[in-house]
Parts: sequence; structure tokens; C-alpha cells
Amino acid sequence: MLPKTLILGIGNILWADEGFGVRAIEKMQTDYEFPPEVTLLDGGTQGVYLLQYICEAEVLVVLDAVDYGLPGGTLKRVEGDKVPKFLGCKKVSLHQTGFQEVLALADMLNQYPKHLLLVGVQPVELEDYGGSLRPPVKAQLTPAIGMALEYLAQFGIRPQRLAETTNENEVARGAFDATTLDAYELGRPSAEQACRQGDERILRAPEIRLGDRSPAIEGMSVAVDQHLDPYRQVED
Amino acid sequence: MAILKTPTGFNMDDSGQRVVVDPVTRIEGHMRCEVNIDDDNYIRNAVSTGTMWRGLEVILKGRDPRDAWAFTQRICGVCTGTHAMCSVRAVEDALSISIPENANSIRNIMQLALQVHDHLVHFYHLHALDWVNPVNALKADPKATSELQQAVSPQHPKSSPGYFRDIQNRLKKFVSSGQLGPFKNGYWTNPAYKLPPEADLMATTHYLEALDFQKEIMKVRTIFGGKDPHPNWMVGGVPCAINMDQTGSAGAPLNMVTLNLISSVIDQTQTFVRDVYVPDILAIGKFYKDWLYGGGLSGLNVLAYGDIPDRANDYSAGNLMMPHGAIINGNLQEVHPVDLRDPNEIQEFVPHSWYKYEDDAVGLHPWDGVTDPHYELGPKSKGTRTNIEQLDESAKYSWIKAPRWKGHAMEVGPLARYVIGYAQGHEAITEQVDFTLRELDLPFEALFSTLGRTAARGLESQWAADHMRYFMDKLMNNIRNGDSSTANVDNWDPKTWPSEVKGVGFAEAPRGALGHWCRIKDAKIENFQCVVPTTWNGSPRDLQGNIGAFEASLMNTRWSARKSRWKSCVPFIVSTLAWPVPLM
Repeated sequence: MLPKTLILGIGNILWADEGFGVRAIEKMQTDYEFPPEVTLLDGGTQGVYLLQYICEAEVLVVLDAVDYGLPGGTLKRVEGDKVPKFLGCKKVSLHQTGFQEVLALADMLNQYPKHLLLVGVQPVELEDYGGSLRPPVKAQLTPAIGMALEYLAQFGIRPQRLAETTNENEVARGAFDATTLDAYELGRPSAEQACRQGDERILRAPEIRLGDRSPAIEGMSVAVDQHLDPYRQVED
Repeated sequence: MAILKTPTGFNMDDSGQRVVVDPVTRIEGHMRCEVNIDDDNYIRNAVSTGTMWRGLEVILKGRDPRDAWAFTQRICGVCTGTHAMCSVRAVEDALSISIPENANSIRNIMQLALQVHDHLVHFYHLHALDWVNPVNALKADPKATSELQQAVSPQHPKSSPGYFRDIQNRLKKFVSSGQLGPFKNGYWTNPAYKLPPEADLMATTHYLEALDFQKEIMKVRTIFGGKDPHPNWMVGGVPCAINMDQTGSAGAPLNMVTLNLISSVIDQTQTFVRDVYVPDILAIGKFYKDWLYGGGLSGLNVLAYGDIPDRANDYSAGNLMMPHGAIINGNLQEVHPVDLRDPNEIQEFVPHSWYKYEDDAVGLHPWDGVTDPHYELGPKSKGTRTNIEQLDESAKYSWIKAPRWKGHAMEVGPLARYVIGYAQGHEAITEQVDFTLRELDLPFEALFSTLGRTAARGLESQWAADHMRYFMDKLMNNIRNGDSSTANVDNWDPKTWPSEVKGVGFAEAPRGALGHWCRIKDAKIENFQCVVPTTWNGSPRDLQGNIGAFEASLMNTRWSARKSRWKSCVPFIVSTLAWPVPLM
């Protein structure tokens, strides 16, 4: 019998390469027919709502954009205990904080997946609201899916490649027509119509650096997410 | 420095040391608090700021009113669905669309499931760690914990010493590995924690049980709404067909199997709230009986619109099963009716909000509401536009508007509903409140506090779970009697609509009174205004100097440990407010 398996793409499609995980799921769902033991899930930026799916899974494959400090578009696979550490190594966005906590909660509930794989791509561009995957990242969709399938093969999971991919069968398989990759890219308003750099007070301000913030209060410096420090210490 | 006296009697004194907390954590949305504390560590001036604006009201302009729910429910990811229902009601009101009885029952079950889910997650996963210390739980004796559990809630089956020992061992593993996950960011040496180790172990165990249970209750909305969070809604009813005997439409989500599943989740919900949640509130509450500050405006001005219509399409107070009304200046003898259509009752002001009106001194009823962002800092603020060190509360200082009912700042939420219900002699509420006060041996006034607000949430969950059962029975009876209608599509086609109409929808979200006002012109949304619970509670000041409920709840509260100010202030602030903050 095949193990209960969850293939989870997380990220935000509205934020350029941040959408990698979700796009990979979308492509998998269009290109392959999986056995009923396998669930493909667009996890978006949900945090604790993903817990029930994680807890039910024996095998978990996560697809995501991960900041490994490597050249943009580099694909990297990480297995087992190292996964939560890499997710928090340098957070690409808030969804990873949430997802790390979900993994910790699943662990506390004694319902942690037995097998865990993270397939991550190094993003090229994030600060482009309404933008899509950059070419080097988009080019990794198929290799990333290949990596996931190669990993799943050891559990006997071999999905059937569908002969033809059309927009119709994509939609029939549950994708929202308006947010599929092609529709999303073609439907983008011009930069004049919709600001692509976000709020002036945040993204354009030279003194604001995206990432960890350490407010100093009377000499005491406390990182906002200090509780994740242990996860950040990745031995390489 | 001058002391400013507000019309409701708060003395605002900004002469003490200013402390800034940004971000305030464990909330939905983005919020900042600034307070001044005096030499005795009491807060004498409080400023609460919504630090994010998303512009949903602007985004809605020109769209199809039948789509409004899909946008508005993104206001919040915690109280998911309630904004959708509210906007659907607003559009139905505008277009005089009535919904079938089954749709009313299903909406009520979804809304009540949300009340329980939201209060439960709020208490255990957002709030409990301010009272419960999981590190201290390691010192507990599992046998004594088992005895405590059986004394607190004899019906709860998970109470053996072995069970608690297992959980304790799991916690030990986390602590010794240095990876406490969600428990890591704690303040575990703070003397404000008062539970004995056994109570800490019991409550931490229930944190995990509640986590496990909350994924069950989500199934209610997943079945009725297709997914959760953010289930699907529909103007005219609910988008889930009933197909009991396989003669209806294939693939209809409601059949005997799914209805039985929902019914079983409702049973579990009633049991969990009765045997775990409410007993925990009473057990933990006994150790925190001195938490009688943080009452906000609850002892002065409270407001509820009412919700959960018994029969479909009747939104009059008599048909609403949750309390409706307003209390002013703490006069519980008089509960005023509230008219959401009256231009002189609910108005939003912006003199201290980052918006501009033609005349900032005038309040606007939401049907005539304007959302025009205007970010500017006052002359006394410190820092820059993009890196604010200190806000100037005498000028504009928040992305939240200041709604007022007949000029009064109001508190909304579970406590407001329970105060109003009690004042009206609502039978179930009166019984629950009297029982709780008796158990905790506290006077009625104790209700107007953080403790009272936390208790109201638990009691309301019990009420909500019981009424999920009531509406499930009603739904099943109606189906048995041959009525399987869930939607009225008579006026679905915009060609049937008048060219210009307006409507209002309201609900009691877990966090409080929620209203959506819309104007529809030529089948498009001309104006859409949402006055959400946090608009009321998180409101900045008005021209008269009235403060909102968040600011009021911080006032005159003691700062617990001055030497480690930062570490103490975050749980402190969240406990005192005890409200997540969804923003628009």
C-alpha cells in the first residue's frame, strides 16, 4: 500500500519568485495524474490551517522559494531534520515563520511526517508586486517537479504523465482560471495602473531593510522572532 | 505636561516615560501601542495605532456586488467567513432578496462554528501563554495533575497520570533540545505567572488537545463552504446543494454522509467546550482573580447589533438570538435600540486617522462614507515618515477610523454582548454569568475586566455550540419535510435590479459588532464601507478627546516588571487587550 503523501507548495503568487512553490503544484496537477493516496495542496501563505494536512501525511514534500544564499535560480533539495532549519535560515517571507511553527506543532502533537523533503529554489526577485516568476526560476519548475518525483519513487509513487495539457483540463482539475500562470501573467495591469513596488513607506525607504528587525529598547536588543534562532543555525 | 480629561473620565497624562511596542504580537493584522508610565509604573496615557491599510473599500468600487463577499472576507484570516456573510447580507438588503430557511440555518451553523473556533484558538493558542507557563509544567507531578483534572472536569476522559506523563515527556524533549517551537518566545521567568505546575501541565495539555480539536471544527465550514479558511458564499443563499436520496444534482456537497459528519463535529464541539474550555477558564481564572483591570469601555459604553436570526430574513431584534442594543455611561437599566440606517447614529470620524474628508470635523454615516488615505505625521512626532520613533496623538496617528454611536466611543465584542444580554435579562446569558461569578466568588463589577472578557468568550462558545445543535436539528427537520432549497436565484440577474439602491448587512463577528454598508448603482458597487469590530475597539481619539476601547483598557493598568520592560510588556499588552486586530 502506498503511504499517505502530501505534496505542498507554499508561497505568495503575487510576489514574483515567492510564488514558486504554488506554481510548481499547479504544474504538477496539470501534468500528472497521482494515485489517491497523494494530495497536492496549494498551501498559499496559510500557517496553522495547514496543520491537519501535515499531521495526516506520512510523506511530506514541500516546494518553496528558499533563500540559501546561492545564485538566483539554484535548485536545492534538503531532507529530514534539516528542513525546518533551512526554512528559517533566512526567511524569504512571513509564511515561512508560520510554516516552521506548524512543523513544530505537528511534532508536539506526535504527528510529524515520517519522511520530509524540501525542494527549494533560490529566488531572483521578490520585490515586484503582481509580478511573476523570473525566467531562471521559472526554468526550475520542471526540474523541481523531477526532484520531487524522484524522491517519491522510493515509496512506490509513480504518477502518470498526462499526454496533453490544456487550459480546460487545468481548470477541470481545480485550478482557478484567473490565477493560473498564463492568465496571471497576461492579465497584469501596467505599472502606472498598479504600483509594483508596494508602499512607499516600506519598500522605497532606504533605512528599512526587509528581513529580521531588531528594535533596541534601552540597550536591550530583542529580535522580533528570536524564538526561531535555533532553527537558523544551519551547519553547512 | 498637561493632563487632559476625556469626556468619559479618563485622565490622559503624557508626562511619564514613553514606551513603544511595535509590533504587538499574536494578533491578526498590524498594530502598535505607545504608552506613558508614571513613577509607580502605571500607564497614564495610551495610544493605539493600526499600522496598515489595505484599501479594500476602494478596491470594491465598480465591482459586481455579488462578488463583494470574496473580497471582504479577506479582511481577516481568523474570523474567516463572517465578513463574507455580512457583505452578502448587505447586498441582499439592498436588492430585497430573501433567502430560504435552510440557507439561514446553514449560515447560522457556519457563523456559530466560527464563534467557537475563534474563541477557542484565541484562548488556547493566542492568549493562554500569558497565563500558562509550559516550562513550569515540567515540574508537575503527573499523578497530582490527574487528580486536578478529575476535580476540575470529571467527565473529561483524558485524565490518567500516564497521559499527563507522556505529554510532559514530550515537552521535556522540546525544552532540552532548545526548540520549544511556539512556546519558545516566552517570558517564563516573569513573576506574573501564578499557576502551580500541575495547572500549567493540565492547561498546556489542553493547548495541544485544542489544537487537535480545532482542525475538526474547520470541517463544518469546509463542507458547507467548500473550503476553509475563506469558504464560499452566495447572494441569495448558500452555494451548497442538498442531495439526500441521490435524485438531486450529482456532486452536491450535502448528503447523509456529510450531514452526519457535521452533526458529529457539533457533538464533539459541545463536549469539548463543556468539558475542557469552560472548566479551564474557571480553573485558571481562580488564580488570576486580581486581573480586574483592562476593562476598556465595557463598564461604560457597549454596543451589539445582534445576530443569529431564528427565522430566515427577519433581522429585527426580537428574532435575533444574540443580544442587540447599546448601553451608555454604564447605565445597565437602559438598553437603547440601535438603527444602522439612521444617519445620526453610527458615524465615522477621521481627525486622528490617516484619511481626509472634505471637512474632518464632520462625521459620516457609512452609506455616505469616504475612504481617502492621507498619511501625515503630527508636529510632535519623532523620527521620519518611514521610521516613526514616537507618534503625535494630538494629530492623525492611525489607519483606523473613529466610529461613534450617537457621538460615543463604544466597546464591542463578547464581553459587550454579555453585558448587554445580562442587562436585558437574556436567560442563558444571565444564568451563565451568575454561575461564573459564583464559582469564582467575584462581584458583578468584576465582569468589566480582562478576566470578564476572557470568561465571556468561553461562555459564548458554550452558547454557540448549543445553538449549532439547535440549527442542525432545524435543518434536518426541514430537509425531512421535503424542503431542500438552499438558494433563491430569482434576482440573481442584474437586469432585475433597480438602477440605484443601498443596503446594510450586519453580524456579530467573534470580535464584535460588524456592519457593511453598500450603495449599488447600475449593477456596480458605487460605495462600500465596512465598520468592523476593531474599527470600534481600536478606534483612535475623536475631536472631543474620547478614547477607544483598546486605549481605555491600557489606562491605569500597572506595568508588571519595569526592569525587563520589553519582555514584560508584550504579554501584558496582549492580555489586557485580549483581542486580535483584523484590519482593512
